[in-house]
Amino acid sequence: MAIIETKNLTYTYPGATKPSIRDVSLTIEKGEFVILTGPSGCGKTTLCRCFNGLIPHFYAGQIEGELTVTGLKVIEHPIYEMAQRVGLVFQNPENQLFALSVEKDVAFGLENLGVRRDEMRKRVDWALQMTGIEELRERAPHELSGGQQQRVAIASVLAMQPDIMVFDEPTSFLDPLGAQKIFEVINDLNKKLGVTVILVEHRLDLASKYADHVVIMDDGKIALNGKPSEIFNSETARLIGVGIPKATLLWQLLQENRIKLEGAPTNSEEATRLLREVLKT
Amino acid sequence: MIEVKDVHFTYPTGVEALKGVSLNIRNGEFVAIMGQNGAGKTTLVKQFNGLLKPTKGEVLVDDVSTRNMSIAQLARKIGFVFQNPDHQLFSETVEEEIAFALRNFGFKEHTLKRRLTWALNLLELTEYRKTSPFMLSGGERKRVALASVLAWNPKVVILDEPTIGQDHRQKEILRQFIVQMNAQGKTVVIVTHDVEFVAECSPRVVLMAQGQIVADGDAKRILTDSNIALRASIVPPQITQIFLGLTDLGLPTDIIDVSEASKVLLEYLEGGKH
Repeated sequence: MAIIETKNLTYTYPGATKPSIRDVSLTIEKGEFVILTGPSGCGKTTLCRCFNGLIPHFYAGQIEGELTVTGLKVIEHPIYEMAQRVGLVFQNPENQLFALSVEKDVAFGLENLGVRRDEMRKRVDWALQMTGIEELRERAPHELSGGQQQRVAIASVLAMQPDIMVFDEPTSFLDPLGAQKIFEVINDLNKKLGVTVILVEHRLDLASKYADHVVIMDDGKIALNGKPSEIFNSETARLIGVGIPKATLLWQLLQENRIKLEGAPTNSEEATRLLREVLKT
Repeated sequence: MIEVKDVHFTYPTGVEALKGVSLNIRNGEFVAIMGQNGAGKTTLVKQFNGLLKPTKGEVLVDDVSTRNMSIAQLARKIGFVFQNPDHQLFSETVEEEIAFALRNFGFKEHTLKRRLTWALNLLELTEYRKTSPFMLSGGERKRVALASVLAWNPKVVILDEPTIGQDHRQKEILRQFIVQMNAQGKTVVIVTHDVEFVAECSPRVVLMAQGQIVADGDAKRILTDSNIALRASIVPPQITQIFLGLTDLGLPTDIIDVSEASKVLLEYLEGGKH
C-alpha cells in the first residue's frame, strides 16, 4: 500500500526563478526504508518538506501536481495535522532540543497536541525505551553527547507516533560508532514498529545496508528510483556523482576482471558472503 | 613545526579535555586527528594556533612556545578553518571576507589584490566575489572560509571536520585540493570522523580517546586494527570490514583501498586456492 504518492509534483520557492523540484512522481510503500540521496542542492530537503506540509503551508510558493501522504491530500490539511503523521529529525539535534530535561523535550509535542496526561506518560516512556535513553530522562539535553542528543530528538518525534519518519542526515555530526548506533535505532523503528523511514544521506557506505529502496535526485528531478543493488550499480549513479558504496565499487572492479559474483553487494556483510562463495570454489 | 609536550588542558567549567598529550607534527606532514565525540580533538588543535593555551605542559610552534606569542602572530603561521563556516564568516561580500585578514596582516594593496584574485580562482569563487557569503550554499560557504585562510598563505592549515555536509563530488574536490596543497609543502591537519575520507587520503592518523592519544601511525595501520579502532569509536572502512570477515581464508586485513582490495582478491584466485 502506498503511504506517499506524488504525481508530477513541481514546487517553486517564493521569489525563486526556477522550481526546486520538477515533475517528481514517486511512490513509497508503507513500511519501506528509503534512502534519498543526490548532490547538494538537488531538491532532497525540499521534497521532504512537502511530505509534512511545511511546503506549501509554511513556505508558501507555487506548488503543482499531486501529493498524497497517508491518504491525505497535503495541500488540504494543515501542518499540525500532517506533523502527527510525518515526523522530521534534523542533522543537528541542537537545533531541535530546548527543554530543561530529556523527558520534557520528549513530552513537548504531545502537550501541544493536548494528549491526556496518563497517555502522555505512557508514550514518553515508550519513546525513551525504544531509543535506549530511559536512564537519561532527568538529564538536561544540552549536557548530553551528540549521539545521545540525537536519540532525544528521535524520541521526541517518535512519541507523536508518526507513520512516517524523515531523517535529514541525522549522523553527520557523530563519530562512526555513534552514527552506527543511530542507524540501528532507526532500523529498529522500521523493522519492529513498521515506521516508514526516509533517510536523507550522503554517506552511503554506512547506511546502505538498511535500505530496501533508494531514490537519487539530480537537479530537482528523480534520476533513479529502485532497489539498492540496481541503483548503486547503474552508470547514471556514477555520473551524477553519488558516493557509491565501496562494496559495490569492489564488485564492479572484479566484474571487469571477469570474476562473477551472484548479485551486486551494497554493504560489507553481503560482499563478504558473496566473496566467500567465489573464493572457496 | 608543531611540538606538543605533555599538554594538559582543563576548561574553566572543570572539564579536563586533554590529559597529557605529546605529539610532533613535522613540516609538510598531512595528519588526520580522529576519535569519538568529546575525545579532545578540537581542544588539541586549538592549542596549535593559541586559541587555547595549555593548563600544564607546552606547545612549540617553530620552536617558540605559544605562551610567548599572540594569537595574531600564530595565525600568520597557522590558518584555522572552523567546522561551521558561519562561525567564521561575517563580511558583506566574498571579496571583503577574503581581503579582511590580508588587510589585518598589513599586506600592501597590490599584494592584497594579487592574493585575493589567486584565492578566488583557486577555490572557484570568482563569480561570487560580489555576493554575500550568506547567500551561498553550505559547501560554497566552506570554500569561502578556506579561501580566506589560504589567501595569507599560512605554513599550516587546520581543517575542523571539512567533510560534514559535503556531497560526494565536493568531498572529492576537497580531497584533491588537500593532497595538492600538501604536495606543495603545506602542513595540513584535519580533524574528522569521516573514516572513508581518511581511507581515500591516507594521511598519518592520530587517534584520540578521553583526552589522550591512543594510537599514532599511517592510516592503513590504524584504521585496520579493529582493537584500536573500537577504543576510539572508529568503525573500520567498508573495504576493511569485508576483509575482516574473510580472515579464515588466509586473506590479509590491512586493506583500505578498493583497487588494492581487487588486486589482492585476483591474486588469491589466480595463485591457486590456499
